[in-house]
Amino acid sequence: MTVHPRYTQTIAIFVLTLLTVLTLAVLVFIIVFVFGKGLPYISYDFLFAKPEDMGRSGGIFPTLIGTVILPLFAIIIATPLGVGTAVYLTEYTRENRITRIIRFGADCLAGIPSIIFGLFGFIFFVTTLRMGWSIMSGSLTLVFMILPTIIRTSEEAIKAVPYSYREVSFSLGATLWQTVRKVVLPNALPGIVTGIMLSIGRSIGETAAVIFTAGSSLRMPHSIFDSIRTMSVHFYILAREGISNKNAYATAAVLIISILIINLISYWMMNMFIAKKTK
Amino acid sequence: MAIALSAITMLVLIVLFIIKEGLPFIFKIGITDFLLSTDWEPAAGKYGIFPMIAGSLWVTLGAILVGVPLGLAGAVFLSEFIPQWAMKTIKPTIELLAGIPSVVYGFIGVMVLAPLIREYLGGPGLSIMAASIILGIMILPTVMSISIDSIKAVPNSYREGAFALGATHWQTIHMVVIPAARSGIIAGIILGLGRAIGETMAVIMVAGNAVKLPNSPLDSVRTLTANIALEMGYATGMHRQALFATGVVLLIIIMLLNYIAMTAIRDRGKKK
Repeated sequence: MTVHPRYTQTIAIFVLTLLTVLTLAVLVFIIVFVFGKGLPYISYDFLFAKPEDMGRSGGIFPTLIGTVILPLFAIIIATPLGVGTAVYLTEYTRENRITRIIRFGADCLAGIPSIIFGLFGFIFFVTTLRMGWSIMSGSLTLVFMILPTIIRTSEEAIKAVPYSYREVSFSLGATLWQTVRKVVLPNALPGIVTGIMLSIGRSIGETAAVIFTAGSSLRMPHSIFDSIRTMSVHFYILAREGISNKNAYATAAVLIISILIINLISYWMMNMFIAKKTK
Repeated sequence: MAIALSAITMLVLIVLFIIKEGLPFIFKIGITDFLLSTDWEPAAGKYGIFPMIAGSLWVTLGAILVGVPLGLAGAVFLSEFIPQWAMKTIKPTIELLAGIPSVVYGFIGVMVLAPLIREYLGGPGLSIMAASIILGIMILPTVMSISIDSIKAVPNSYREGAFALGATHWQTIHMVVIPAARSGIIAGIILGLGRAIGETMAVIMVAGNAVKLPNSPLDSVRTLTANIALEMGYATGMHRQALFATGVVLLIIIMLLNYIAMTAIRDRGKKK
């Protein structure tokens, strides 16, 4: 017996719609659930007060500082490296063995799970280089993690700069370096910044790599060699050790809001960038 | 030039240090004992990671069973059946959700999913099934957005050809579009697989972490990643080396998967 193609089509569309709606419903549920449980507890005091009793009560201010500082340092170090690599790959060389090796390195690095970065950061920065559990070790480990994203997005952004821009610059007698600095990079900037924003988003949400390198001290840090706890780590500890579900939900809500804002900004910038380029 | 080599230098550094810490241990214990023994009692000097390898495999397989059908169905539906403008809002939304930290997924698994499983299906709740569902949801955005991209990349002339032969839209999709987009879809699935195997925090929270070979999907398991993260905090000496050795095994699995994914993507590029 064969079923008429029109019926299979109806059934297929029905199943596809069902599955898609289910998917979207699950994703929406997660956001609504966390916000519903967490938002009521967020207040000025929660954000800007010191935690008390291991986070059972009080606020999350030190973890807020940790969440800002760790990705910030990581970005400061990773951006020159990543953009430099992208400039080299696109402007200074052709496709050859070296570029293939570089791309292979970046692709592999992108696929390594965060727990491996954590292990590596622990044995390299914390132990071998004797930095201890500190902001320094944590940021440097994050650099390893976000570099591939920055390379990839910067490369795309630089490639999107029309070749005619470079030709005009060369015809005015500019050197390659002048062209890169004054023509290519400014035009690729929005794309590069998008990559940076995405990396910040990823760093903020990271737990496994951070907990083994930056530690989980709840005190305010005094130098970059002090241990610090980020919001994700704080949330993990609150939730896993059952310290306070109320504060865990509230921290999760703050975490998701920050990441959504950062991702939204990067999407908006990417669209602006694409719109400008296709004009 | 020197800067450009930073990425590969970092990769080499990571691989080198993980191997330096882990490999001598593997040889000391013996590869077969380390990989195939089911006894993990660091205090008694027993280091067999077979239960964890099995745990990682089960959980990842489960994640694929949950994530791939949903992700693929979503991708087909979104790229073939709905208007462009709706697609333009839904796809970014899905990708935004990829940014939700894994700890949050884990927490939802603990608070919502595990009690449901415990109540309606039995077992401890924190189980292979819970971990599979949570990981499946976590890899959804990856599978979906790469599949959408490769379905979109199938030239419209293919579809027109199928329509001209009198095929329905669904026939066109499953006989023409999906086969044409196959390598991209496979790459998406493998990347999702890599993410599922490498995921740590969410799995620790929902898989239950018992070191034993599971008998059913409702049993608790410990994955390779969970094994590292759970014991890293207090491990010293041999025990710590054993964790790095676990890392070596994990790294090898991930590298293999990435290699396969990269080859799949490259083949797609060549075909065009």
